[in-house]
Amino acid sequence: MSSDVMAIHTAGDADRPWVETLHEWVITVDHKRLGILYILYALLFLIIAGIEAIIMRIQLMHPHNGFVSPQVFNRMFTMHGTTMIFFVTMPILFGFANYLVPLMIGARDMAFPRLNAFSFWLTAFGGALLYFSFLGGSGLYGAGNAPDVGWWAYAPLTSRAFSPGHSSDYWTIALLVSGFGSIGTAINIIATILSLRCPGMKLSRMPLLAWLNLVMSGLVLISISPLSAAQIMLLVDRYLGGHFFDTQAGGSATLWMHFFWIFGHPEVYILVIPAFAFASEIIPVFSRKPIFGYPVMVGATVCIGFISMSVWAHHMFTIGMDSNANTFFVLTTMAIAVPTGIKIFNWLGTMWGGKIQFKTPMLFCIGFLFQFLIAGLTGIMLGAAPFNWQLSGSYFVVAHFHYMLAGAIFFCVFAAFYYWFPKITGRMLSETLGKLHFWLFLIGFHLTFDLMHIPGVLGMSRRIYTYEPGRGWDTWNLIVTIGAFIQGIAILLFVANLVFSYFKGPKAGNDPWDAWTLEWSVSSPPPAYNFASIPTVSSRRPLWDRKHPEDPDSHYE
Amino acid sequence: MSAITTPIAQTPGAWSLPYRGKVGMACLIIAESAIFTIFVVAYLFYTGKSLTGPTPREVLDPPIFYTICLLSSSLSIHFAAKFLERSRRGAFLGLWFLTIVLGGLFLYGTGREWHRLIYERGLTISTNLFGTTYYSLVGLHGFHVTAGLLMLSIVLLFGLAGRVGPEQSVRVESLSWYWHFVDAVWVVVFTVVYVFGR
Repeated sequence: MSSDVMAIHTAGDADRPWVETLHEWVITVDHKRLGILYILYALLFLIIAGIEAIIMRIQLMHPHNGFVSPQVFNRMFTMHGTTMIFFVTMPILFGFANYLVPLMIGARDMAFPRLNAFSFWLTAFGGALLYFSFLGGSGLYGAGNAPDVGWWAYAPLTSRAFSPGHSSDYWTIALLVSGFGSIGTAINIIATILSLRCPGMKLSRMPLLAWLNLVMSGLVLISISPLSAAQIMLLVDRYLGGHFFDTQAGGSATLWMHFFWIFGHPEVYILVIPAFAFASEIIPVFSRKPIFGYPVMVGATVCIGFISMSVWAHHMFTIGMDSNANTFFVLTTMAIAVPTGIKIFNWLGTMWGGKIQFKTPMLFCIGFLFQFLIAGLTGIMLGAAPFNWQLSGSYFVVAHFHYMLAGAIFFCVFAAFYYWFPKITGRMLSETLGKLHFWLFLIGFHLTFDLMHIPGVLGMSRRIYTYEPGRGWDTWNLIVTIGAFIQGIAILLFVANLVFSYFKGPKAGNDPWDAWTLEWSVSSPPPAYNFASIPTVSSRRPLWDRKHPEDPDSHYE
Repeated sequence: MSAITTPIAQTPGAWSLPYRGKVGMACLIIAESAIFTIFVVAYLFYTGKSLTGPTPREVLDPPIFYTICLLSSSLSIHFAAKFLERSRRGAFLGLWFLTIVLGGLFLYGTGREWHRLIYERGLTISTNLFGTTYYSLVGLHGFHVTAGLLMLSIVLLFGLAGRVGPEQSVRVESLSWYWHFVDAVWVVVFTVVYVFGR
């Protein structure tokens, strides 16, 4: 493959002019460099979306606050949600998948390296488009600015009458473009896993990270496409005078809700399944035991994938569906708790009786287990239609899904950073700073999102830019804002740790954690061609087999 | 432990995995099917919900001839790929060209129908819900036919330059999958628009 040859030529030339180095990074088709680009790009947007969150929290710190205008507040929650989902969490997870999947299955690159680069640049371009709306969103009418229709952009808010100017168009096209990028990456991950596994790497021996990313990519194919279709319809409405979501011409605003959530709910699993993948790799290594119940883990993940496509309308209990539809979606939502419960028990089973090492990656994974459980429990509460009728659209919902996104997914993402940073850069992250990051983030997270449930139960609805004093919400909101600042400081510590350790961290060596998957068999950072000779595996833990030839796993398979 | 010192173990038995192009194409088809599903659902959901005319029954005639053109192009591309596999380049190029002609005829048919609807019947994409859903669904399919024709033409040009041989047959077959998919979608669109929708 020509791309490999190019990469081999360019590897290891340190004293080149920086323009040439930059040029190499821009035209690269190497899965590792693209993975790093995804991650850096996502970190940039994490900071931006974090600032937007802090602006919202300052505004809500006490009643009748005038920190930002209502219009700006609307833009902040729209941009925070859209950015976090599409331009932080998805790229960061795609970045790790890009970097790790070929290394873990013993391949030299992704199946389609150029498609891989194309997908990344589509995503990057999508993010740039979204943020260009701050400059270009006013359009010829001088109306609007950044998108302010909420991250799910319900009709008819997005119609020309209610959203003049181009702000909604930037939102639509940014999501359409980055959606095509996501579909390209998903195709690439599936083709890589199905076609490029090294000899002996049967599907039943694949690391769980590869398995879970396979399921995630399948979900991307089936659920990002409906979002793209709905965005095309919205563009037809806004630019060609169509009536898809135009109630005055017989169109239906509810149809947009269905199309959006047919995407939106599986999207939650697109985000959380790679997080499960990190936990499934990290927990066994730091418990010094192989993963408990490997086939059941795979089965439960596939099961989650299927069920997640039949639960979307639990986001829509308050629109007035008939009781059959309500019952169906309550039952499917409850059903999804079964495979997720199986996974939690399997992780606990892996830790049970293990020699647990409380390194930073493991701390984050343990935090994940607790918080994922609580997020699941509030999810079951909200999945019951009568309860949902009371609290839909309140801060209880906001607290619930942030518990999932920050408490479960981001804890796993941080674990993944601490675990694979040595492989990616060749340097260890500082454990001291890492533990400080963990405890600060944990305290900030719980201050913010535990207490955020309470104003929700007391009736505080989401997306309001201010509130009356004396409703019992004031103190809670103040503490929530303090928690948000603590999380912000923790994130800054984390970024400082990344930068500091990149230059000054101790050398990692090939295998700092004494782990068992193939990425630890090569140097850190891995050479451009990954494996000098393609490895052959005969069990689920190829490196264990090499380190313990007297007692290899393959004897027990 | 470094990769260089790792001994090359013997390959256990035969190790064959599916061709990445075919897996990629299958995935693309799954994603595209999901897009079409949403448009078909929208079409069915809005059938008979237009507040003003014209209605499908008043203006739509099933394009039987052009449908036969498109569906038979699936046969021609199938045999073209088979001929390429057996190194019969002449037969491959002839049938490949026939596929492009048939696909082109279908696009011409869509163009004629749209011209008639717009200029004689006064149905545009903004006339009513029927117009919106009809032009979007048929247009989305027409867009895929156009994209397919572009890819087929590129292969034809390479073929005329003598660059397509049996070693490319697996790639040509992946491309033919896309064309079969476009045809299969038309069966659904035809059924929904011209049979149920009227």
